[in-house]
Amino acid sequence: MKPIQYYSLLVMGTFAAPMTSFSFFSCSTVLVLPHTSVGITRDRSLGRRSFRSRIRTGVASLYLHLLSIMAEEEKREVFDANDAALLVKELRGHFKLGKTKSYEWRVAQLKGISEMIVEKEKEIIMALQQDLSKPETEAFVSEILLTKSSCELALKSLQSWMNPEKVKTSIMTFPSSAEVVSEPLGVVLIISTWNYPFSLSIEPVIGAIAAGNAVVLKPSEVASAMSKLLADLLPQYLDKMTIRVVEGSVPETTALLEQKWDKIFYTGNGRVGRIVMAAAAKHLTPVVLELGGKCPAVVDSDVDIQVTARRIIAGKWACNNGQACISVDHIITSKDFAPKLIDALRTELERSFGKDPMQSKDISRIVNLHHFRRLTKLLDEDGISSKIVLGGQTDEQDLKIAPTILLDVPEDSLLMTEEIFGPLLPIVTVDALEGSFDLILSKPKPLAACLFSNDEELQKKFIENISAGGITINDAVLHLTVPGLPFGGVGDSGMGAYHGKFSFDTFSHKKAVLHRSFTGDSTLRYPPYETRYLSVLKALMNRNFLRVILVASGLSKP
Amino acid sequence: MHSNPSSMEQTAIAELNSTFISGATRTFQWRETQLKSLLRLLTEKEADCFHALYQDLGKSKLEAFKDEVGPLKKSIDYTLTHLKGWMSPKKAGINLLFFPAKGKTMPEPYGVVLVIAAWNLPLNLALEPLIGAIAAGNVVVLKPSELAPATSSLLAELIPQYLDIKAIKIVEGGVDVSQQLLQRKWDKIFYTGSARVGKIILAEAAKHLTPVALELGGKSPAIFDFQSLSSNVEVAVKRVASGKWGTLVGQACLAIDYLLVEEKFASALIDMLTKTIKKFYGESLNKFSRVASKRQLDRLQKLLKDPAVADNIVYGGSVDKDALILEPTILLNPPLDADVMTEEIFGPILPIITLNNISESIGFINSRPKPLVIYGFTNNKTLKRSILNGTSSGGVLFNDVLLHFLCDELPFGGVGSSGMGRYHGKYSFDTFSHEKAVLDAGYLVELEARYPPWNSFKMAFVRTAYKLDYIGLLLLLIGLKRYPKVHKD
Repeated sequence: MKPIQYYSLLVMGTFAAPMTSFSFFSCSTVLVLPHTSVGITRDRSLGRRSFRSRIRTGVASLYLHLLSIMAEEEKREVFDANDAALLVKELRGHFKLGKTKSYEWRVAQLKGISEMIVEKEKEIIMALQQDLSKPETEAFVSEILLTKSSCELALKSLQSWMNPEKVKTSIMTFPSSAEVVSEPLGVVLIISTWNYPFSLSIEPVIGAIAAGNAVVLKPSEVASAMSKLLADLLPQYLDKMTIRVVEGSVPETTALLEQKWDKIFYTGNGRVGRIVMAAAAKHLTPVVLELGGKCPAVVDSDVDIQVTARRIIAGKWACNNGQACISVDHIITSKDFAPKLIDALRTELERSFGKDPMQSKDISRIVNLHHFRRLTKLLDEDGISSKIVLGGQTDEQDLKIAPTILLDVPEDSLLMTEEIFGPLLPIVTVDALEGSFDLILSKPKPLAACLFSNDEELQKKFIENISAGGITINDAVLHLTVPGLPFGGVGDSGMGAYHGKFSFDTFSHKKAVLHRSFTGDSTLRYPPYETRYLSVLKALMNRNFLRVILVASGLSKP
Repeated sequence: MHSNPSSMEQTAIAELNSTFISGATRTFQWRETQLKSLLRLLTEKEADCFHALYQDLGKSKLEAFKDEVGPLKKSIDYTLTHLKGWMSPKKAGINLLFFPAKGKTMPEPYGVVLVIAAWNLPLNLALEPLIGAIAAGNVVVLKPSELAPATSSLLAELIPQYLDIKAIKIVEGGVDVSQQLLQRKWDKIFYTGSARVGKIILAEAAKHLTPVALELGGKSPAIFDFQSLSSNVEVAVKRVASGKWGTLVGQACLAIDYLLVEEKFASALIDMLTKTIKKFYGESLNKFSRVASKRQLDRLQKLLKDPAVADNIVYGGSVDKDALILEPTILLNPPLDADVMTEEIFGPILPIITLNNISESIGFINSRPKPLVIYGFTNNKTLKRSILNGTSSGGVLFNDVLLHFLCDELPFGGVGSSGMGRYHGKYSFDTFSHEKAVLDAGYLVELEARYPPWNSFKMAFVRTAYKLDYIGLLLLLIGLKRYPKVHKD
């Protein structure tokens, strides 16, 4: 320990004095720390007196060490702007050394993640059960399987992603060669969320690592078991110097957002998204915002009704009980088809979750009391309860809400103006299905929109006219699982995209590189300009090479 | 010009919204017609453009063509050639498990976009993003810079004559107009200018979750590896001179800001540079172009008046206040904390910083904000590699200046404090498009394992499927493969 640190600890010690006796007890197991023992080694060459004084200094150093442990403990409790600044500085230092840029480092980290997923699968699933009581198969598919395959895709493709891309040059720059080089942005911050607390944390981390960045991950405090697990596991499997986890809630996030990052990747809601972007503006930091929105599912009457119902169930209640940013928010269908669809949904829901869905183990619970009350408030609004055609049971004790279908709730109700993010599914009916377009277009752009229809003309119109992060025809949510497709929102549902190569690109800067040689230098380029230079330039731009040669050589008048 | 800009804007923007919703701008025909008209404008009104640029900035016809009109025409040509291809959806690979689903990405226009241009290339920096916005099928509000008033009013006059007035509007004005415009919700904002304003724009855009492209500047260095250039030194010096003083006397975001050279070659380089300046521009001040405005001249003079800097002037420094001319000026080793070395110079002053070894330039550049471009004059492959991999910048250009601006296939844009987002060629189209993911699933195949209730068979199924072990899947399906029991409690 440096003297200066001693001093500051002593100062701290005077303030912390009342607590020391207590902490002495609670920290007694730490007494065998290696460098505290230095002070009390008996040295025979020393006199008795000096031995005693050495013991005294030994005790003093022990005391100081305990204080430093306490200070660290306290520091961990309040991670403030200073800690955040230190953290970024440290990571920036490591990044500047260039370690994270190497292919080997990236591969080692990706392999680390892959290993972590395989070895700690049980722990991950357990944490998901604790936080959300997510059914095992659902947890496996949506969190473990998707993340692991992303990791493997990155490992397989990394070399080709990293390769500079040769591009054609223009006649204006002849002779030359050009390439686009992908380089890491630097030190990036990833703020993830609670509904898919593992995959929404690890998926962007994979992209950030693949692109060669140093990373700070802030998992969501709402999914506390997963947050703790990630803080625990990442240092075990990944490079501790350059990949960090900061746990915490609003104060910690605020402290982190005050720092200058080279990219911020945020998953969550639009309200916080705006705060993140405004904070980023101060440092000109680019952001990716993965938000949500009211994702509609339009259902035509010509579909296989049973399969459609099941796919809606898969895209709503089998997605974390509707607590997913891309799960179906509401259904739009024609007036006469609605009753049939409701019947089919009723039958299929019973097949999936049994007669009493409140007892089903195959459906997640609501994450916490706050969200439970938010959802029941949607149901308690005036005039809503009479619209319930299925479900509606709630259990505050176990934080459970049954799959609930509502028919034709008022357009201005909370259910139709706010993102539902839960097991409630309103069905809106229209006279003709084309009417659904205006309805969707009149609302902010959703993260996903899906259409169930066999009418190819309608499919085409839907794809062309509906603006959404992604569109799925005859299924829901599924586009998320295709790594060849970018995943991200537009407008109110977010900006920027990731998954597969898109993740790599999101965390890379595409550097333009032009190589020129000194041969073929023309004096025409330089001042004092001759009048014929203008003619040469014009001819060049028009790709009239004969004229270029004629004018440049003086054979033709400009 | 507008008596009540805000209400005019209101109706103008309402019109733009309804144009976009009508879908008119999405068709290939509309985009093509607009781009062709824009090309016609540049051809038919070339003389007017040259005149406006001369009025605003004293630009010669040649410079006006070389830096503004020419690249624009080339861009439109390039865009027209490739537009169909850019607009068509791209297939995305899907693994067999999803058979017979089809995936594609499809570019779609953002909607109503705002382009705010800068004054130094007032025509190019206004119309180049416009080309991208039109190509991507957006409706556009373009605000030219009020600091280039002749070009601004020329655009306000000509654009409605040539382009679809229902979809493309010019709004003229200064800071107050920009502020009003920024209050609205746009689907994309494209800004060219300074980092200071860039931050304001980003903060305003955050309120509406609007994505932003910022084309800023920064101190773009030239690394001059004198030793390795040997016989090419003369050409290299010519290129440095044209990269510093050739484009609007250094008032370009791409201009060389400062130069790094090994100490032992500094005096030789300065010699060659001064000779080149004399050859290019003669000895008298009046041959040289003026800076944009009195404000710019005052700012540049202030940089030189810093007592710590004044001593370091090794060439030039004289000023003709009435003609707004500042002579090409070279500084040798000004203090690194002086304004001239911390702010973007944006004018005809070239500080030369000497190093013991040219390889130190990497560290020098890395200890400063990321520049828009790094110019590397060297024939040394190792140095080239360490510039390429050891530094970060919007672009890197070896052995020449400015030319990457003309490569349609290279992205143009900054990183870090030099900006975010990129444009030119296909990148312009991408900057103004949202890539929509589309998956068409079909009803042909139905996998029971996708749906709850979950059981151990389904768990085994997804485990096998995920490994893309198709034989295993088949065995599992026909009941020949065993699977472990999962505890359901």
